Parts: sequence; C-alpha cells; structure tokens
Amino acid sequence: MDFTIILQAGIASGTVLLFATIGELFAERSGVMNLGVEGMMLIGAMSAFSTTIATGNPWLGVIVAMLFAGLISQIHAFIVITLQADQVVSGLSLTFLGVGISLVLGEGLSKAGTVSLLPNFSIPLLTLIPIIGKIFFTNQSILVYFGYLLVPLSWYYINRTRPGLHLRAVGEYPSATDALGINVFRMRYFYVFVGGMLAGLAGATISLAVSPGWFSELTTGGQGWIAIGLVIFAQWDPIRAAVGAYAFGALRRLILDIQGPLVLFGLANPFYYNPYLGFFLQMLPYLFTVVVLVIGSREAMRKRIGAPAALGNPYIRGERGK
Amino acid sequence: MRQKLDTLFDALLPVIATLAALAVGAVMLLFLKVNPIVAYAALWDGAFGNSNAFAETLVKATPLLLVGLGICISFRGDVINIGGEGQMIIGAVLATWVGLNFTGLPGWLTITLSMFAGFVGGAIWGGIPGVLKAYFRVNEILSTVMMNAIAVQLMNFLLRGPMIDPAQAELASQIPQTARLEEIFRLPRLAPTRLHLGALIAVILAVLVYILLWRTTLGYRIRAVGQNPHASRYAGIKVQRYMVLALLLSGAFAGLAGATQVFGVNYRMITDGSSSGFTGSAGFNGIVAALFGGLHPLLTIPASILFGALLVGANKMQRVVQVPSALITALNGLVVVFVVSSEIIRKRRQRKREAVAKRENDTPPPPAGVGDTKIQQAEAGS
Repeated sequence: MDFTIILQAGIASGTVLLFATIGELFAERSGVMNLGVEGMMLIGAMSAFSTTIATGNPWLGVIVAMLFAGLISQIHAFIVITLQADQVVSGLSLTFLGVGISLVLGEGLSKAGTVSLLPNFSIPLLTLIPIIGKIFFTNQSILVYFGYLLVPLSWYYINRTRPGLHLRAVGEYPSATDALGINVFRMRYFYVFVGGMLAGLAGATISLAVSPGWFSELTTGGQGWIAIGLVIFAQWDPIRAAVGAYAFGALRRLILDIQGPLVLFGLANPFYYNPYLGFFLQMLPYLFTVVVLVIGSREAMRKRIGAPAALGNPYIRGERGK
Repeated sequence: MRQKLDTLFDALLPVIATLAALAVGAVMLLFLKVNPIVAYAALWDGAFGNSNAFAETLVKATPLLLVGLGICISFRGDVINIGGEGQMIIGAVLATWVGLNFTGLPGWLTITLSMFAGFVGGAIWGGIPGVLKAYFRVNEILSTVMMNAIAVQLMNFLLRGPMIDPAQAELASQIPQTARLEEIFRLPRLAPTRLHLGALIAVILAVLVYILLWRTTLGYRIRAVGQNPHASRYAGIKVQRYMVLALLLSGAFAGLAGATQVFGVNYRMITDGSSSGFTGSAGFNGIVAALFGGLHPLLTIPASILFGALLVGANKMQRVVQVPSALITALNGLVVVFVVSSEIIRKRRQRKREAVAKRENDTPPPPAGVGDTKIQQAEAGS
C-alpha cells in the first residue's frame, strides 16, 4: 500500500471540504451562520454536472454551480438579514430546499453518462520534491491548485486588507461598523453570497473532479455538515481550516483504501479479513471530529478565542447593544 | 372590526405560508412541464383519499410528532438537536433487542419495556452531545450530526453482525436485518388499517410535554435557560444541568419514535446502509414539523399530520405525474421559510399596532403650567 498515493487522493478529497469550509468561514466572520452548506453543495454538484453534460464545457459547469448556489444562499440572506429571522431555522430549511431542488432537477442525471472533467496536471520542478512533490503537486486537478492559492489569499484578505478589516468588524461589532458608515446589511449579503459560491464550487469539485458523477444525496454524503464543524475547529482562521480540511480528507481516503489489501505492513490485514471492523473504521472521522472539537474548545477557552461576537444575531439598526 | 381582522390574519398565517409554499411548488411543477392541479390532486388523494390513505398519513405523522415533541423541548431550551436520526436508530436498536430477547414475559410488559428501552437509547444518544455541550463547550449542532453518522455505522454493524436474523445468517444473501418480532410483541393496531397504538401514545405525550413545559418547574427552568442563560444562572438555576436535560429528553422522544417504527410498522429493523433507509428522514422532518407548530407541543400535532400528508401524498404524486417525490423535501424547506418569514412580519405588525395604540391612549394633556413658564421666560428675556 503506497501511502503517498492515498495522501495524494486525500488532498483532492480534502479540497472539497476546504472550499465549503472557507466559504462558511467568510459568512460566519460577517456574523451570519449558514447551516445550509449541505444543500448548497448538492445544488453545486448537480448543476455543475448537468451543465457540463448539456454543454460539454466543465468550466461553464463550475460557473453555473457557483452562481446557482450563490443565488440559493441569498434566500437565507434575505430571511436572516432583512427579515431578521433565526439563522439556525433558516439555515436548516435551506438544507431541505437545496436537497429537494437538486434531487428533482438531478433526476435521471446519474444515468446520463460521463462528462469531460476538469484538467489534471503536475507542476514542473515542484513534483521533484521528495514525497511532498508527489502528494501535493503531481497529477492533481486544477481546482486542487486553486485551493492552495485560496488559503493564503483568504488569510491575507481577512487579516491584512481594509475590506477584510471591515468584514471582521461587521462580525464582531456591527453597530460600531454601521456608525463608521459601512453598510452592515450589504456586507452580510455579500459574504453570504461568497459562502454560497464557494459551497457551489465545493459541489462542483466533487461532481467534476474528485468523484465524478451524480449520485443523488450521496454525492456530498454529509460533507457540508463536516465543513460547518471544521469552521469551529478552525476557530475562524483559514490556515487552520486548510489543515483540518486536508487532514479530514486524507483520513476519509485512508479508511476507504485500508480495507483493500490482503497484507498490511507484512501482516495479514485485519480490516480485510474482518469486514465488521470496517464499520468502526467509518465511524472514525466523526469520532475524530468530536474529539478535535473537545480539544479545540478547551484551547479556545484558554486563549480566549471565540466565535465572532455577533455570530447568529441579526443586526437591527438603532437597537441598543452590540 | 379592524382588530378582529388582524387576529384572523395572525391565525391564518401558517395556512397562508403553506399555500405560498405550494404556489412556489406549482411554479416548479410548471417548470418540469407538469400540470400542478393534477399533481396536487394526486397529492391530496394519496394523503386523504380514503381511510387507508388517511391512516397511512397518520402512521407517517407519528414519528414526526414524537421527534417534534423532543424538538419543542430542546429548541425551547436553546439547544439545537439535529441528531434525531441517530437517536431514532439507537432507540430502535435497543427496543428491538429487548423485544427479541425478553420473550418469556407477557406481551404488554415486553412492549412497555421495549418502548422504555427506546426512550433510554435515544436519551443516551442525545445526552452525550448534551454533556459535550454543557461541560466541554462542543457545539451541539455538530456533535449531534456526528452522532448521526456514528449511529448509522453502529446500526450497520449490529444488523450484519450480532443482531442479524439467524435465518439470514445462514443464507448467502445475508440481508442486514433482525429477526421478525412475534405477533404478541407488536404494537396493537387501532383500526382495520396500518394505524397503530404509537399514534395514540404520541398524542398523549404531546399533552404531557405541554404540561411539562408550562406547568412544571422543570419545564420552566428549561425555558428560562433557553431564554437567558445568564439571568438563569443568577437566579440559581444550574444552567449546564438543564442543557444536558433538554438534549437528553429531546433524544429520548426521538428514540421512542424509532421504537414505534419497529414495533408498529416494520416489526423488524432493516438497513440499506443509510439513516434515511430506516428513519425515512423523520429525524429531520420532525424538526420541520415542530418549527411549523411554533415549537408548541399541541400545535405540533396538526403540523405533523400536514407533513405526514405531504410525504404520503408525494408518493402518489410521483406515481401519477412522474415527479420525483424529493420535490416534497424542497416544499418542506419552503414551508418553513414562509412560516418563519410570516412570523417575523406578524411580530412587526404587532409591534406597530402596540405603538399606535400607545400613542392613541396615552397622548398626555400638556402639563399645566409648562407653557406658562415658557411664556414667562420669554417675557423675562425680552
């Protein structure tokens, strides 16, 4: 069993989580929690796949996926920002809406055949680095490389630029930000849209690159929920989000692949000979997330890092308080 | 007159919201080149067309109501339980184990024990995220979702391994299912339909949950913690304990929902590898029903029947007009969206009315002497 190949595939599958996590991170930094990630990802995966089937152009598929998911996210934005309704309730119903719409529009799509996928390539010179070159820079999808760029760019945008400062301010102290003449409502609409587009991109990454095709709601298989978990684990920091996403992706991959071979490290592979162990293996990522959340929240308490102060609260102009 | 109209409008809001969602659904149907009238007629016929159809609606509504009752408790305590699916599974597993192993006892006792086991199983599966939230500050939305995934794998393991039907274990097919419950251990049917005792239990429990939430100290404290944990702490309420309790009770009701599915409908547990294969997504749809019922246990009863009807009717609609029944999933989401939005609009109208009433009632007469002082001052100034 070649671990570099497993990790290589793990990075690709982690890219899906990366996009969804960073998207949710932007929305939450502006103070809006969107639990509809799973629904938006499904919308993205379905529309990317069906557009590509219809036009033969995967790039068009990616664009349509991002726009459609972004559009759906604006329903949530309207309900929680303009109508000031509860974010959890609205986010949950967005999940239902997204799942329902994608299943209806994706009906029969699973038998639609194969599509031309986004290109895979290796980066010259960087592939020559031992191990790392093979894992990160050899024969990866172009979206994986885009993910590598997105992480530092998001970090720089949030922490070192003026709009990023405004973003953080809107999530921490919206009334003060409003007093500075920044439109809190418009900012929140915008970042919910960004979150929706990245969730759509995550969906497109599944259906056009990582595991091509449309398998109804199994296409995403709960990864949207994991992305929401990773945002908390990441403590709203894009670098930590990337570490979490890639680690989780690699773990998922490893669990899939470890059950294959007859011999593991020179011994009879227990996961092959006892299929029941497989069920427990598949629990691992979720147990792992819970454990990581326990550790993460301990650490957050000690360092006094927390969620954006205004997360989950509607901003009502002229009302006292935060 | 005006006031009466306002009250009527408020009462009709959920109905209006449902109609609005159906209208959007009609647009989607037109988009799919289906006549919405034919589709909705099929939906209605499938849900209420005859006594069997209506019984089927109530059978579908039962787990929604039970899960929804738990949701009323947890959401009132400001604890978001998305783990209904996992809690149903664990409740069902435990109940089935009791039902298959305690066969020496009288039927009614085994059934009671099984239902209790379901209650306990769900409580355990809900209590774990409760403890994680209260004492380790782990977000319960996430931990309950993770617990769902863990429960599914546990079910898949148990139904293929230790709990597999002995008859299946010998066959090559190895269908992952338990043995069938003996007839005396099944929940009795209420009519010559598939309607079972579980529906009645659920309605009785709805009343009990109402009493719990509004007529007992326990319920008062759960709601107080949900409204304002800080104030509750100052008032001497052990906030963490009530958080755990809210999730634990919520899980318990979901566990009971899982148990009634086995003992009232399927008479055995069977898995297709996913959670919805066993639960029919009742763990999620119950949340929708409770929200539609305004998190009120008694209003959750008609809400569950509505969503049960949509789910049952959707199958008929799929057969008649070949529209994927998943359309109903989208409709469920839309209904909640509209209910929540209309709720906000209702609150705003109410605030506006109160403001108007206030202005009309206490426009105070100008206090005597105020004007005079001004005049005097003006005179003094000139």
